[in-house]
Amino acid sequence: MSGLFNPRRFTAMLVKEGLQIARDPSTFLIAFVLPILLLFLFGYGVNLDTARSRIGIVQADGSQAAQSLAGAYQGSQWFDVVATGTVSQLSPDLVAGRIRGIVVIPDGFGRQVAQGGGTIQVLTDGSMPNTASFIGAYAEGVRATWAAARGAGRGMVAAPPIQTAARFWFNPELKSRYNLVPGAIAVVMTMVGTLLTALVIAREWERGTLEALMATPVGMAEFIATKVVPYFLLALGSMTLCTVLAIFVFGVPFRGSPLALLAIASTFLFPALGQGLLISAATKNQFVASQVALLSAFLPTMLLSGFLFEISSMPKPIQAITYLVPSRYLIPQLQTVFIAGDDWGLFLPDMAALIGFGLVFFILAVRATRRRIA
Amino acid sequence: MGQPAPDIPPADIPPAGMTVADCAVASVQGLTKRFAGQPAPALDAVSMAIVPGRMTGLVGPDGAGKTTLIRILAGLIDPDAGQARVFGRPATDTDRSMIGYMPQRFGLYEDLTVMENLRLYADLRGLAPADRAASFDRLLDFTDLRRFTARLAGNLSGGMKQKLGLACAMVRAPRLLLLDEPGVGVDPVSRRELWQMVKDLATDGIGVLWSTAYLDEAEKCDSVTLLNEGRVLYDGPPQALTDRVRDRVVRVAVPGAGRRVTLQHALDDPAILDGTVQGDALRLMVAADAPVPSAAALGLAPGSLIEPARPRFEDAFIDLLGGGPSGTSQLAQNYRQIPESDAPAIVADRLTRRFGEFTAADHVSFTVPRGQIFGLLGPNGAGKSTTFKMLCGLLTPSEGTGAVAGFDLRRAKADARQSLGYMAQKFSLYGDLSVRQNLNFFAGTYGLRGAAARDAIDRAIAVFHLDRYLNANSGTMPLGFKQRLALACAVLHQPPVLFLDEPTSGVDPLVRREFWTHINGMVEKGVTVLVTTHFMDEAEYCDRATLIYRARQIATGTPDELKALAGKSDATMEDAFIALIEASDMQREAA
Repeated sequence: MSGLFNPRRFTAMLVKEGLQIARDPSTFLIAFVLPILLLFLFGYGVNLDTARSRIGIVQADGSQAAQSLAGAYQGSQWFDVVATGTVSQLSPDLVAGRIRGIVVIPDGFGRQVAQGGGTIQVLTDGSMPNTASFIGAYAEGVRATWAAARGAGRGMVAAPPIQTAARFWFNPELKSRYNLVPGAIAVVMTMVGTLLTALVIAREWERGTLEALMATPVGMAEFIATKVVPYFLLALGSMTLCTVLAIFVFGVPFRGSPLALLAIASTFLFPALGQGLLISAATKNQFVASQVALLSAFLPTMLLSGFLFEISSMPKPIQAITYLVPSRYLIPQLQTVFIAGDDWGLFLPDMAALIGFGLVFFILAVRATRRRIA
Repeated sequence: MGQPAPDIPPADIPPAGMTVADCAVASVQGLTKRFAGQPAPALDAVSMAIVPGRMTGLVGPDGAGKTTLIRILAGLIDPDAGQARVFGRPATDTDRSMIGYMPQRFGLYEDLTVMENLRLYADLRGLAPADRAASFDRLLDFTDLRRFTARLAGNLSGGMKQKLGLACAMVRAPRLLLLDEPGVGVDPVSRRELWQMVKDLATDGIGVLWSTAYLDEAEKCDSVTLLNEGRVLYDGPPQALTDRVRDRVVRVAVPGAGRRVTLQHALDDPAILDGTVQGDALRLMVAADAPVPSAAALGLAPGSLIEPARPRFEDAFIDLLGGGPSGTSQLAQNYRQIPESDAPAIVADRLTRRFGEFTAADHVSFTVPRGQIFGLLGPNGAGKSTTFKMLCGLLTPSEGTGAVAGFDLRRAKADARQSLGYMAQKFSLYGDLSVRQNLNFFAGTYGLRGAAARDAIDRAIAVFHLDRYLNANSGTMPLGFKQRLALACAVLHQPPVLFLDEPTSGVDPLVRREFWTHINGMVEKGVTVLVTTHFMDEAEYCDRATLIYRARQIATGTPDELKALAGKSDATMEDAFIALIEASDMQREAA
């Protein structure tokens, strides 16, 4: 026997893998076309920022105060007042989604204001909770600002006892694109690292080529290594493409160092590739492998990594589950390296977690890839 | 062939007085392997040895355990009991660079070129770079692939893939060559060429294990291990087994159309173990202690020629299994009588199909009268299936016309289809439906209702012994039963015309005999059968046959006429096939 590792066999297998990657259009699609599509989708298509909302106003009070408040809503940068009338006139619009909320200035509002009060009602569509709470809060904000301005104009001090002065660090305009684009890089690396790797080994099982390989002196460790190295490089290539696009096309700031980004991506690819190897060793079938990879890697990255949905606002049991999703440890690192800068104090614990996952996946994958057909 | 002999260590040279097992390159002893979920073991206490310099045949029907045994020898499966030793070490821990293994699917990378595949396997098997040029030269000449070195392996024909697979297995001269059904799905010409190549290697001192379901290949091996249902039925030189049926095989000349009826009577006689049609004659094997029957006993005119015939390995195999089925087909007995008619049952008139630049079938014409068997023969990809599909109405001809049971294909597709039963080449029933559900479904699609459907299904279950599997998913049945179910579904509505595409591919000789008993019986009831087969001896059952090669008909006639074209007196159908194809190639090159 010529030992466990033989450079000639290893090189021959790498060359073979490279030729296959170069000749397989689906590899190219997943590694380079899909990332571009995803980036454009998350860069332009998905926007979590608040924009102007369409509302209606019911002004049941003819007083000057009510007129003035209604004017404040008209002039607000958060709202487009598109309809006025009674509640019963406007409610069909709310139900149909033509407007997102109704601000009711009730009868007697002027009198209440004169007595130092003033209550309004805000009707929103609870079937869209985010929008509903947003409109409720902003409507109240407009009213408070109006009341403060009015009090100030009369020389009265009506300001609330405590005021917050919010200042957003790193992303002062609160542009969600800044968070989404680095998140998309996580999705792309999951696709290339886990999905492609799962597919290529399953393909060797399906086509019977692995059977022929196993009858040669190639060691299983060599075989796995020749699958890991090309797809590791391919995933880094996709990551680089995404980063360049993020910076130059989407104007996402990059405040960290390329070295840190490389370190972050590499530690993430360790569990991602390990998971792909494990899936293909366990399924030996391309169709099943792709399903398992989508369910166990792609969907958790989309839903549970904190990329689209804030983990801290998830129910506790779901939050607990997110600790098992490797990309959960990648997203904060990517977001930090892009919009905040190098923060090794944050990176290192997450990297340690990723390496831990990687070890588990690789040990399981190596154990599952025995040199046996049955 | 000038190939350097692999350096065989002294231990492998059989010193005088040693047994075969002592000098074997590989051997198995008491090997047993059971797969989860399978009631019967795949291998049951199997012992055999592979000796250098000899062709060892591993023979048996599908599911006999051949692939499992080869994979254990290649170190890819751990046996449950017993041991497998290669080069004196356990098979899972031996020098793999000295084993050449060609799996059933060749193990080629279809997206790499011929040369890239060779280079990959050369590096994996540790061929020294200095020896590379010489080895590639020799293999490319040997396999005649030199013109195709830059072609992707996926774009090679079946025969060329097989040769490349062999080249990859031998790129570093091995001491043990394991070939898993290298002849399957390849035309007889390529099979014969491959056999010769491997035979030359064995002569150079390599131990070769050649697994096959073709019993005629077994006959040519130096030693044969015959497997059936995981057990060794016979291990030794093939001639010794064939000798057991010496003087028990006769050839009976039966002029005219009576041979099917005569065969049926003969097989109903318990003293006759097996019988097949051979053109205008029958080949019968009598039981060990029974006398050879007289012409009168067979219902033939006195003085009919009954002469001894050379026994074949297949005869011995069937003898070992206790003889073939009886001659009367229950299926045929219950079949309706198809009305007499002078009109031909199947007409193909210059049927042509083009796919872009490529012509898959080129002016194929033939006529089959009612109550005859017509064979479409030819290598894979020659155009048999295309012709078949055009006649079934599944593919519209680019040119020409066809008719089945008097219905024009272009105008009355539905009527034409209703009057034919079709058994596709691959198992095309619903694998995840039970046997009964499949039968119900096909009865429904052929318009059988109520009592008629129930009767047809009950008959099919009884005739094909399907009761054992009624509620099992049909995909999990052994191949023989799948084929039986496919035939059962195709004849539920008792069609006047039957299309059978490779009906006996991969099944054991007994199931093949059973199928032909049914087919012969139905033909006697007036059914017309169009059949494709790659078992050349089965072509002998045909009343007439046409040989299709590269989309064209190169010969048409009765089996005896076709055999006569081979130019030898005792030519087999396979000889005829090869001779005709070679003649056609020569003509093409001359043109």
